[in-house]
Amino acid sequence: MDVHEYQAKELLSGFGVPIQRGSVAYGAEQASFVASELGGWHWAVKAQIHAGARGKAGGIKLCKTYHEVQDAAKGMLGRRLVTSQTGPEGKIVQRVYVEVAEKFERELYFGIVLDRKAERVRIIASTQGGMEIEELAKTSPQSILQVMVEPAVGLQPFQARELAFGLGLNIKQVSRAVSAILGAYRAFRSLDASMVEINPLVVTRDDRVIALDAKMSFDDNALFRHPDVAEMRDPSQEDPREAEASQDNLSYVGLTGDIGCIINGAGLAMATMDTIKYAGGEPANFLDVGGGASPERVTKAFKLVLSDRNVRAILVNIFAGINRCDWVAHGVVQAVRDIGIKVPLVVRLAGTNESEGRKIILDSGLPIIGAETLADAARKSVAAARSA
Amino acid sequence: MSILIDETTPVILQGFTGDKATFHAREMIAYGTNVVGGVTPGKGGQQHLGRPVFNTVKEAVRATGATTSLAFVPPAFAADSLMEAADAGLKLVCTITDGIPAQDMMRVKRYLMRYPKDKRTMVVGPNCAGIISAGKAMLGIMPGHIYRRGNVGIVSRSGTLGYEAAAQMNAIGIGQTTSVGIGGDPINGSSFLDHLILFEQDPETEAVVMIGEIGGPQEAEAARWVMEHMSKPVIGYVAGLTAPKGRRMGHAGAIISTSGDSALEKAETMKAYGLTVAPSACELGSTVAEVLRKNPGRRITA
Repeated sequence: MDVHEYQAKELLSGFGVPIQRGSVAYGAEQASFVASELGGWHWAVKAQIHAGARGKAGGIKLCKTYHEVQDAAKGMLGRRLVTSQTGPEGKIVQRVYVEVAEKFERELYFGIVLDRKAERVRIIASTQGGMEIEELAKTSPQSILQVMVEPAVGLQPFQARELAFGLGLNIKQVSRAVSAILGAYRAFRSLDASMVEINPLVVTRDDRVIALDAKMSFDDNALFRHPDVAEMRDPSQEDPREAEASQDNLSYVGLTGDIGCIINGAGLAMATMDTIKYAGGEPANFLDVGGGASPERVTKAFKLVLSDRNVRAILVNIFAGINRCDWVAHGVVQAVRDIGIKVPLVVRLAGTNESEGRKIILDSGLPIIGAETLADAARKSVAAARSA
Repeated sequence: MSILIDETTPVILQGFTGDKATFHAREMIAYGTNVVGGVTPGKGGQQHLGRPVFNTVKEAVRATGATTSLAFVPPAFAADSLMEAADAGLKLVCTITDGIPAQDMMRVKRYLMRYPKDKRTMVVGPNCAGIISAGKAMLGIMPGHIYRRGNVGIVSRSGTLGYEAAAQMNAIGIGQTTSVGIGGDPINGSSFLDHLILFEQDPETEAVVMIGEIGGPQEAEAARWVMEHMSKPVIGYVAGLTAPKGRRMGHAGAIISTSGDSALEKAETMKAYGLTVAPSACELGSTVAEVLRKNPGRRITA
C-alpha cells in the first residue's frame, strides 16, 4: 500500500526525521489559510498523488504570496495530474500539501528497500539527489552508496556514519544526517514498510538535514498490525476496479486486452494470460478468485470482469485443489443466470470433482463453451473474442 | 526414492486442531502420510484424529520422534511457529499460510542461520501448496489424486500451476517423484536451488521441471547452478509474460520491480544457462516428454 507525501512525512517525523513545516489542504482557500498559519515568506504547493515526477508535470509550485498559494492549489485540485510515473490516465488530485519553502545547498538521495536477493534491508544513498534511482544506477553508479542491515541487530550508527561521510557532509551535518538515517530505518522497521524514499534529502545553508520529499510503501501482509497506517489508504489513487476487488478479497489487475480472465491461483492466472497471448489473443485482466470460490465470489468476479467494456469473451480456468469443480460450476451457472452474460464464455474445469463440474455446466443448457485443456481453453477464447 | 518426504517420514501438524488443519490432516492420512500427532498450545494431552496433541513442538518431537511439520498457523503467528519448529530440531517445516509479513520472514531466515548447515531446518513456503511425493506422502493441500509415481521432479512457485504441470505430464504417461511448492512470497524459506540440489542427488529423479514467475532473483540463481553443477536435464517455465511492470500479480512476490524480474528476461537467462524452456504453459508436458526422449534413462512407472 502506498501513502501520500504528507502522510509519509508525518510518519517519518514521528521517528525523528526532520521535515519542513507544512500541512495538508483539501481546498484552495484552505491552502492559503494553511500558508498564513505556517508563516514564512515562500511556500511550496505540492499535489498529493501516489506517483512521483510531479515537478516536471506542474504538480509542484513555488509561491510568494497567499494569493499565489490559493491560485496554485486551485489549479491542481480536482484535476488529473499526468506524470511520467502515472501512466496516460494520470491520478486525480484531491489534496495539496503546503510547505514552507527555503533555500538549500545540496540535494541528496536516500532510500530503504527490502532486498529480495540478500533477504535483508538495504539502504541506498547518493550525492545526486532529485534524480530517479533507476536513472542514477545507469548514469552515475559510482555515486551510489549502500549498506546492508543485519536483521538480528538492526542498522548500527557506524553504518549511518559511513553513509553520511560518504556523502561528503561536514561534521555538523553528519551528526544530523545520522539521526535522520537511523530514524528513517526505525520507521521502516517498526511500521513494516517495504520502501522508504527521501528524494531529495536536502542540506541547508545552516547545516540542517531535511526530508524535502518522502515516499513510503507498506507491506500489505503487515497492515493488520498497523491500523493507523492502514487508515491512510486513499482509494481515489487506485484503479476503481482494483479497489473494489480488494474489498472482496479478490486479486484483480486491469490490462488492455479483450479476453476477461477468471482463474484460481496467481501462477495459473498469469500462465493462462500468457497462453491467451500465445494463441494470438490479449488478456483484459488478471483475476485470482483464490481458494474458496463460492458462488458469491464467482458472481463478483464476473461482475468485475464485465465492468471492463473492452471485454469480448471470458475465460474461466479452474484447477481445483482445495476448491471443488462442482462448487465452481454451480457458481458459474448461477452467475450467468443472475447477471445475464452477453459475451461468449469458455469454461475449463480440472482437478477435484472435474467430471461432476463439467456435467453441471453441460446440464445447465446455457451457451457455455467447454474446454478440456489449457491450450484448448486459450484457443477457444481467442476464437470467441474474434467472432464476437 | 523421492525428496524431502516419503511414507515413513513422521509428520506433525502445527495448529493441528483448527478446521483447515483438521481437513487437510485427514486428506494427508488418507494419502498414506505418517501423521504422528500435532501441536496446539493449550490443548496438550488431548487426542485429535486418533493422534496425540501437544502444547509445544519440543514435547511433540520428544514423544513421537517427528522430523517434519506442516504449519497451519495464521499469518500473525506463523513466523513464531517456524522458529519454534527450528528450535525443536525438526528437519523440515512446510507452511501453507498466505499473508506473512515480509520482515517476519526475514527474521525467520536469520534465525535459521544460528544452526550449523547440517542441523539447519529447511522451511518450505510460505504461501505454497506444500510437498507431495507421489504415491507415498503428502505435506500440504494439493489434490493428491492428480499425481502419479514416476521420474520427474517438479519445483514451482505457484500451487495451481504445479498441478497443471503434473496433469499435463500424466496425460502423456509421465509421472513424478516429488512436487514442491516454494511459494509466491518475496522471501521464501527455501529456494528453487535448494530443491534442485536434492533432486540432483535423488537416484529416481531423471529430470526436473522448474516453474517460476515474475519478480525476484531465484530463477536466475538456480539456472546458473544447473549449468555449473547439474547432470540431469531441467525444463523451465516462467509465468507472467503479459504482466505489466510495477503491478503485483496476486502473489506478494510477483512484481516486476527491477531488471531481470520480467518473465522474458528470466526465460532468456534459463536458456542461456542451458535449460529447455517450455514455449507456453500449455506445453509443459510435451516439453518434458521431448527432453526425456533426448535423455533416455531408467523409467519407473506406477
